[in-house]
Amino acid sequence: MKAKLEQIKSEALAQINNAATLEELNEVRVNVLGKKGALTAVLKSMKDVAPEDRPKVGQMVNETREEIEGVLEETIKKMEKAKREAKMKEEVIDVTLPAKKQIKGHRHPNTIAMEEVERIFIGMGYEVVEGPEVETDYYNFEALNIPADHPAKDEQDTFYISGDILLRTQTSGTQVHVMEEGKLPIRMIAPGRVFRSDEVDATHSPSFHQIEGLVIDKKITFADLKGTLAEFAKELFGEETKVKFRPHHFNFTEPSAEMDVSCFKCGGSGCRFCKGSGWIEILGCGMVHPNVLRMSNIDPEKYSGFAFGMGLERIALLKYEIDDMRLLYENDIRFLRQF
Amino acid sequence: MNTALSWIKAYVPELECTNQEYTDAMTLSGTTVETYEALDKNLDKIYVGQILYIEKHPDADKLIVCQVDLGDKQLQIVTGAPNVKVGDKVPVVVDGGKVAGGHDGSPLPKEGIIIKNGKLRGVESFGMMCSIEELGSTREFYPEAPENGIYIFPEDVLVGSDAIEVLGLRDTVFEYEVTSNRVDCYSVLGIAREAAATFRKPFVAPVVEVKENEERVEDYISVEVEDQDLCSRYCARVCTNIKIGPSPQWMQRRLAASGIRPINNLVDITNYVMEEYGQPMHAFDLATIQGKKIVVKRAKDGEEFQTLDGQVRKLDSEMLMICDAEKEIGIAGIMGGENSKITDQVKTVVFESATFNGANIRKSAKRLGLRTDASGKFEKGLDPRNAKAAIDRACQLIQELGCGEVVAGTVDVCAPLKELNRIKFDPKRINDLLGTDISEETMLEIFERLELEYHKETGDLIIPSFRQDLEGIADIAEEVARFYGYDKIPMTLPSGEATTGKLPFKLRLEEKARDIAEACGFSQGMCYSFESPKVFEKLMLSADDVLRQAVTIANPLGEDFSIMRTIPLNGILTSLATNYNRRNKDVRLYELGNVYLPKALPLTELPDERMQFTLGFYGDGDFFTMKGVIEEYFDVLGMNKKVTYDPNAGKTFLHPGRQASIIYDGVVLGYLGEVHPEVLDNYDIGTKAYIAVLDMPNVEPFATFNRKFEGIAKYPAVSRDISMVVPKEILVGQIETIIEQRGGKILESYRLFDVYEGSQIKEGFKSVAYSITFRAKDRTLEEADISSAMKKILNGLEAMGIELRG
Repeated sequence: MKAKLEQIKSEALAQINNAATLEELNEVRVNVLGKKGALTAVLKSMKDVAPEDRPKVGQMVNETREEIEGVLEETIKKMEKAKREAKMKEEVIDVTLPAKKQIKGHRHPNTIAMEEVERIFIGMGYEVVEGPEVETDYYNFEALNIPADHPAKDEQDTFYISGDILLRTQTSGTQVHVMEEGKLPIRMIAPGRVFRSDEVDATHSPSFHQIEGLVIDKKITFADLKGTLAEFAKELFGEETKVKFRPHHFNFTEPSAEMDVSCFKCGGSGCRFCKGSGWIEILGCGMVHPNVLRMSNIDPEKYSGFAFGMGLERIALLKYEIDDMRLLYENDIRFLRQF
Repeated sequence: MNTALSWIKAYVPELECTNQEYTDAMTLSGTTVETYEALDKNLDKIYVGQILYIEKHPDADKLIVCQVDLGDKQLQIVTGAPNVKVGDKVPVVVDGGKVAGGHDGSPLPKEGIIIKNGKLRGVESFGMMCSIEELGSTREFYPEAPENGIYIFPEDVLVGSDAIEVLGLRDTVFEYEVTSNRVDCYSVLGIAREAAATFRKPFVAPVVEVKENEERVEDYISVEVEDQDLCSRYCARVCTNIKIGPSPQWMQRRLAASGIRPINNLVDITNYVMEEYGQPMHAFDLATIQGKKIVVKRAKDGEEFQTLDGQVRKLDSEMLMICDAEKEIGIAGIMGGENSKITDQVKTVVFESATFNGANIRKSAKRLGLRTDASGKFEKGLDPRNAKAAIDRACQLIQELGCGEVVAGTVDVCAPLKELNRIKFDPKRINDLLGTDISEETMLEIFERLELEYHKETGDLIIPSFRQDLEGIADIAEEVARFYGYDKIPMTLPSGEATTGKLPFKLRLEEKARDIAEACGFSQGMCYSFESPKVFEKLMLSADDVLRQAVTIANPLGEDFSIMRTIPLNGILTSLATNYNRRNKDVRLYELGNVYLPKALPLTELPDERMQFTLGFYGDGDFFTMKGVIEEYFDVLGMNKKVTYDPNAGKTFLHPGRQASIIYDGVVLGYLGEVHPEVLDNYDIGTKAYIAVLDMPNVEPFATFNRKFEGIAKYPAVSRDISMVVPKEILVGQIETIIEQRGGKILESYRLFDVYEGSQIKEGFKSVAYSITFRAKDRTLEEADISSAMKKILNGLEAMGIELRG
């Protein structure tokens, strides 16, 4: 019996060794280990073995089976590995072939700039607020310390609808709406569309966007205004950005200033972009005029605040070096795809 | 405002700085310098030479050879200029020198032109004689210069001296941007005051002393102001024995640098004083004034008046006029009349220096369409105290420059002058506002420089009348900040109560709209809010469509921008057309922007501004592509109910068989469809296009960003396919309604996988196939559950006339 098992084993191992394909190996498995296989036949013949020898023979059969199975499995694994490797060799691709791109739309550069500004101020605890685009004279002018007959009204080239209704020339009116709600302190920004009767050309559009900001609290100072806007400029134009404040005049702020940032193209050494000055004018700002606070029922003896406003298009044009404002409203896909 | 630096220095004699230092310092103290131009930037090595003798050029008829004395040397110069003669003193540029331009007056080259020794037709020339154009100016500003010829100096000019200096070109013209509150800075004296304060140098105002003759002004003229609300002060002075001639060079040069053409001594003096004091002046010829009387009063409606530019102007009763005893002789503050114009024959002039109501002048000038230098100054609201100072200055110059004699006295009709404004000096308040720790002494020192007087007893600052802009403590704080230095104020962040940054829900929905549109391949466009009323025709809106009720702009840029849009489609279709005409393929655009719906017309209250999410595309895709975008968006907004589509959307601008209202929970949120072929034609779009519009205020109530995890199904799903033959007019939406209504709780989902119309299907029918999936949350479904649900569905479908296929 032992000899027989040895013979089965050596024959099986020889067949395994000679097998060239997985199919042939499978044949070996069926022929040796299968239901009708040689080893199974040995088991079937156990009835002829003396009962006391059966456990021993059984053990021998099992050992033989395990041995054959082991070799078989190992050989199958090797063969499968070789086969997969052969297949992968055939599957080599040219990785420099063009990419398959997903069709994706693009945000308008104005919106990218707007979201950037919003993100910065939301991070500083500001709330984004909207106001009406068709406004009353009161919110657009009067409550901002620009009384009737004031020449500043002419400077703004207002589109009028009828009576005291007009298209807002600035987003500042939104500040008044928020102040009138009477909830203090205020930290808000108001982005939005504004209108001025400028003919369309490379640097003008009758419709454009502004972002206005307002902070009102006890003990707000001009130094706070400077610090806040310097932080903003660093976030928007890079950590290295320096700021410069120049005195200016706006009716709704006093003291007022214009803020320049160091040119983000040349870093301030002077280039074509900043017209050699090293600085780029970016926004107007100031301490909220006491008259403006008073008109919105805020006591200027107790509260102070600062406000600032900037043109979104200006920032988009500067940041992306767009040389013609008309491109922003043409919606040519070849333009939009670049953002 | 343009002014020569030399004029500023006349009042700040100790001022010394480079042009760039001046620019930077003035800008940082609040007087913005826009730009500056050194008049001599391209002029070099130009001297006064005297022509000693002239010979003909041996080989050229049009050239002459001159021997020129330059003091230290004598040079031979060949020229083609026709106007020089022996003895003339002329500007000569020598070898290696530079001139600003060519003699023909064409635009000046940026770097100027270098002059070198050379030969002209074989004769050596060691320099060039210059015309005024070559020196970078024009005859407009140097009226004494000849046309097409060399500039000739007066005889008393020293030979060999610096010609640039003699011509007044060793100077720099600064252009200032003056803010509207600083009326005083629209004058040379105002700027000079700022310069003195900025550089901490003394300000030396002109000394005005008028030498008067023995006569009395009252014998010449009287003044009556009828409408004092529009004229708070009217000063008149008289000068006699007027001799018209050119004004002196220094005055001409200063005016020219300010961009004002020198005319004659009388005109130049009024212009000079207007620049210097910021106070416009007018001069009348006394001979033209009837009744020796000036009356200031409103015009009558519909009257006509000829201004001194020869134009006839229509007047109204809000315009203030200067009249004599019988007639109108000038529009106050705007322009004098043809009938009282000064001529070279004038003997006696009446000077007017008045303070008119700024707003009235501004409005009158606007209605007349006539904005002059004078009206531009008056409309800012001038200081009545300045009117008297200016008229005295003008008379002083008349006398000093030998232009005439000054009659003693001034007729001065003046409303009571406002007392000087006083502001309580509160250094703590100023420091609190600025966030600084500036000492009281520093502040007082700044006030002194600005001529604000500190009254110690009352603690008041007394504001000089020319600083009308200083009204309260905030204005004083700005003065302190300006001269302490904005750059020296520290940078801090606001202290106090923390606040939470917020993007409101509405804006978050819009942000999601952008995200989804872009994920679906749509790029963001931006369109104008105003458009042409012709849009309604282009979109084929019916005559009574409520969308034709638009808010109209009273003063539009033109008809094409005259109404506020009531429908967002024109923008997106125009943009698609732009792209189509530029041959861009497969263009997908979206826009987020308002429409403006009036509640009543004409507008009595603000219109309803409604944010619209508009999508449009042509090229790859169809109706169902657009539908997909809408449903993706709703999905992101947590709108999980079934969206339904009503084909009877009633949109005239869409294909009648390919449009639908978008309905969610019974509410119409918008519409979508294929653009009507005629509308495509109207926009010159030569291919099919699809649009969708969502009305965001209607979407908002359904949207939510709240999510709840519902678990992952533990029990298996079972699917059943059904195939049916359906009458053509039945919409699959109706089939889906049946499936939803009858599928019961275990209905998980269903999916249309085939729609077919064609030869194998009988006429008037289509084949439709669905795969329906059932699942229970709490158990494995049994056959009985499914067949019962399917039976209900099938019964419902059969009741609609649908045949089931085996």
